Amino acid sequence: MITQNPGRWDFHGGIHRPDRKSLSAGKFLGKLPLPEILTLPLQQHIGSTAEPAVTAGEQVHKGQIIARTTEYIGAPIHAPTSGTILGIEERPVPHPSGLNAPCILLQADGKDAWGELPEPLPQYADLDPSLLRERIRWAGIVGLGGAAFPTSVKLNHGPDRPIQTLVINGAECEPYITCDDLLMREQADRIVEGIKILLHVVEAEECLIGIEDNKPEAIAAMQQAVAESALRNVQVVQVATRYPMGGEKQLIKVLTGKEVPSHGIPAEIGVICINVATAAAVTDAVIAGRPLLSRLVTVTGEGIANPGNLEVAFGTSLSQVIAHAGGYTDLAYKLILGGPMMGFTLGNDQVPMTKGANCLLLAGKEEAPDPDKALPCIRCGKCVEVCPAQLLPQQLYWYARAKDLDKTREYNLFDCIECGCCSWVCPSHIPLVQYYRFAKTETWAMEKEKQQAEEARRRHEARTERLERLEQERKARLRQKKEALEKKTARGAADPKKAAIEAAMKRVAEKKARQSRENEER
Amino acid sequence: MEFPVHTSPYGQLPNNVTRLMGQVLLALVPGIIALVYYFGWGVIINICIAITTAVAAEAGILHLRKRPILPTLMDLSAVVTAVLLAIALPPLLPWWMTVLGVLFAIIMVKHLYGGLGYNPFNPAMAAYVLLLVSFPLSMTRWLPPEMLNQYPLDFLQSLTIIFGGQFPDNLTWDAITSATPLDEMRTRLEMHQTISELSQSPLWGDFGGRGWEWIGNWFLIGGLFLLWRKVISWHIPVAMIAGLLLSAGIFWMIDPEAMPSPAFHLFSGGMILGAFFIATDPVTASTTPRGRIIYGFLIGVTVYIIRTWGGYPDAVAFAVLLMNMAAPTIDYYTKPKVFGAREDKDG
Amino acid sequence: MLTAILVIAALSASFGLLLGYSAIRFKVEGDPLVDQIDAILPQTQCGQCGFAGCRPYAEAIAAGEADINLCPPGGEAGMLALADLLGKEPVPLENESNTSSVKSIAYIREDECIGCTLCIQACPVDAIVGAAKQMHTVIADQCTGCELCVPPCPVECIDMVPVKTTLSNWKWPFPDSMEQEPKTQEQGS
Repeated sequence: MITQNPGRWDFHGGIHRPDRKSLSAGKFLGKLPLPEILTLPLQQHIGSTAEPAVTAGEQVHKGQIIARTTEYIGAPIHAPTSGTILGIEERPVPHPSGLNAPCILLQADGKDAWGELPEPLPQYADLDPSLLRERIRWAGIVGLGGAAFPTSVKLNHGPDRPIQTLVINGAECEPYITCDDLLMREQADRIVEGIKILLHVVEAEECLIGIEDNKPEAIAAMQQAVAESALRNVQVVQVATRYPMGGEKQLIKVLTGKEVPSHGIPAEIGVICINVATAAAVTDAVIAGRPLLSRLVTVTGEGIANPGNLEVAFGTSLSQVIAHAGGYTDLAYKLILGGPMMGFTLGNDQVPMTKGANCLLLAGKEEAPDPDKALPCIRCGKCVEVCPAQLLPQQLYWYARAKDLDKTREYNLFDCIECGCCSWVCPSHIPLVQYYRFAKTETWAMEKEKQQAEEARRRHEARTERLERLEQERKARLRQKKEALEKKTARGAADPKKAAIEAAMKRVAEKKARQSRENEER
Repeated sequence: MEFPVHTSPYGQLPNNVTRLMGQVLLALVPGIIALVYYFGWGVIINICIAITTAVAAEAGILHLRKRPILPTLMDLSAVVTAVLLAIALPPLLPWWMTVLGVLFAIIMVKHLYGGLGYNPFNPAMAAYVLLLVSFPLSMTRWLPPEMLNQYPLDFLQSLTIIFGGQFPDNLTWDAITSATPLDEMRTRLEMHQTISELSQSPLWGDFGGRGWEWIGNWFLIGGLFLLWRKVISWHIPVAMIAGLLLSAGIFWMIDPEAMPSPAFHLFSGGMILGAFFIATDPVTASTTPRGRIIYGFLIGVTVYIIRTWGGYPDAVAFAVLLMNMAAPTIDYYTKPKVFGAREDKDG
Repeated sequence: MLTAILVIAALSASFGLLLGYSAIRFKVEGDPLVDQIDAILPQTQCGQCGFAGCRPYAEAIAAGEADINLCPPGGEAGMLALADLLGKEPVPLENESNTSSVKSIAYIREDECIGCTLCIQACPVDAIVGAAKQMHTVIADQCTGCELCVPPCPVECIDMVPVKTTLSNWKWPFPDSMEQEPKTQEQGS
């Protein structure tokens, strides 16, 4: 079922911000030279943490798997270059908590030598989709739009959820970020090849590529690539520029008119949404047999001397990335990983690049001023006007603030995509998204505690039962013994020993009696 | 180097409360100028008294509550409450009544409930009702509009009356006051005069009370300015006006001689002021889009009901307060449909 | 007058019969209140309330023999939930000093363990694996932090180790809406 006139729908709410993309749009600053030491966090994706597959001192090749996940939702991690494993230690990682996490430390040997790679699969169209999914899983490909969800898991929609539409997300709606834009301009054919592979994997009928209209060059490049590929069911659709157009649910609504169900995934309505950079990575994995080792990053803001986009290998320290882009200017005030709406600040640049890092925003004080003191909520309702998930942010705020987690659930807390539109428009400058983030993690923690408590209760009951059973058995044994003893005493006269003694005593008595009679007769 | 750690989103946030309130005050200026033109200096004096009292009262109560004083005063919400109340009051109201009303509004209706954002009732309207019920005579001493005024008062004279109760040139209250069009309408309708007869009266303008209708227009300009600047949303004003026009229209069509026209109702009393400035007070109104339409509509209908069959000639204050009570319930039953809401409401 | 009395008497008799019939016909089996109370309790089975586990405490509360503020692991939140369920007034907690707010897990220093099985017998949820003269160890996922294993150990080789905050169990902090002060965060805190 091909979508008629895709892109004619709209989503509720959203905001306009000056997009500030001219700072870095179209500027490629080159591929960053590999650092001497690479720090590879074991958690670079949504899902279970990867476990190291190497030990300290081991030599690894470029592209070799150095960490694997055993659970379903996860992705392996590869060595971005050849070298020696220094060890697996806790290091600072880019995370809003500022915590350390286990990382694999790799010392590059300068040779950058590839190891043994799986065979290229240019004839993928003849292969079973599950084989291709395996290859994508092996390659460690995760969503490169920022969420880092393992792509092979997303592509495994299952037989009861057939896919009609493959949506390719080229919207890049957050201000400042231009890496997807650059990729579409320069490597449109690599993306389109990836689309061909993905179409085969999910067996979709059509593909819609959504690109915001503030990227005319990218639209033109992608249209040309699609035309050259002679794919009949792939279409570039220009969508309006409005944040968060690039949100998966919002883009799907605009392109296909369908709404992803609350608490559900797009596959439930026959759609799968993949970012353009992820599609390009799929091409490398399938056609060339190469894993995901690096990505394009936008380095921008008033605080960087030479804003632009760079190709960076994972594990490279952010300080090196910043140095390569010209270094800090005097205006640098905050270091933000991600965009200005959904990113988070880093205390310093001593953290490594990871798969989900799409932008480094070195913001000046005007670009990212200190937050004001929040005033009380005046119930103006502006947050309701802009929420793309059509929630009531105001009510969520009141209940999250009161820590009434049941009520936040009732008001669909988990449908919140944390886009930040509500916090943006609030006249009282209340950090609304923070309340929702707090409520979400608190709810998860409480559920986990409940599960553990349930487990503990079952174990306790089992133990109590076991002890009681043992007690009953012991009592039963004692009773049996007692009974046996009593039976013995009741049968006392028929005891053979006793009988023999009595018989002997009888004989003695008779003998005595005979002797006394013989004595009397003499 | 070390960087500060804050939470998203990052950037210059486009809205703030002070700007919002400032724009409301700006939008009130045309209406205030009209009031001064038609009814003299009393309005300005009342506004000054009200603002002074409001700021002082808020500073005092914040000090008692141990809250930061200057940041809260800077949000201008007390000033807006004061100005709205002062506009609603008769121009020559004794100064201490104005002070009393403002104190009641700021201290009792706003801060004792928790301050900005926590009060369930509109402070200006609650204070107006307090004054109306407590001092019915003073609160109904309105002046005739400029074109009908035989004894126009200058600034100094107005000041003396408000602060001293002294009348110039042996004038008395009866000499200088006149009934409002709404009041006159009620009285004459009760005397079973017909609308056609009534419209011959000099108090009648083109479609509403003389002078009063023009004040309505000037406030309308301010209201449209607020809509354009997105300070208020269209839901409440449109719904309130629709509610009034619909109820007035139905009854006027049934009996045009006994019921005033919808246009009359729209441009009399505090209707336009109420629709754009008072009912739209975000703290006390409904918050969901559909809820706001219902809220506004019910206010409009209630205004008509009280004006026609209730005990007071103007009803905006009472209608607003009644609907303030209903706002939480309206919110509860008008939750918007969530994106991707399932039919079975599961999950 | 007489008619009034008769009518009222008849009404009360019929309502009484209706209520009596309903009480028998719609009687609820079992004691769901105990289950509801037990569902709120944290199942640490530590005995700090003075009862031999969470279920006996739940039964005591339902019977009105115990107050709702005797459970330190349940904390303030647990007490409030019980107050809410039973329609009672919240009561301040009894002995808060026993547990800190951070959860701890028991850890056996294996070098010193002598294999006496005393801790295994003490654990209310069977979270310790081992046998006589064999190594004992605590299954961290199953340990509720009740500390009942610590006193019986003759060589005092059991430590209570606070659970570390990692990326997987880190929670966003509650925003302090009235005071947003910029703070520079140390990496790795």
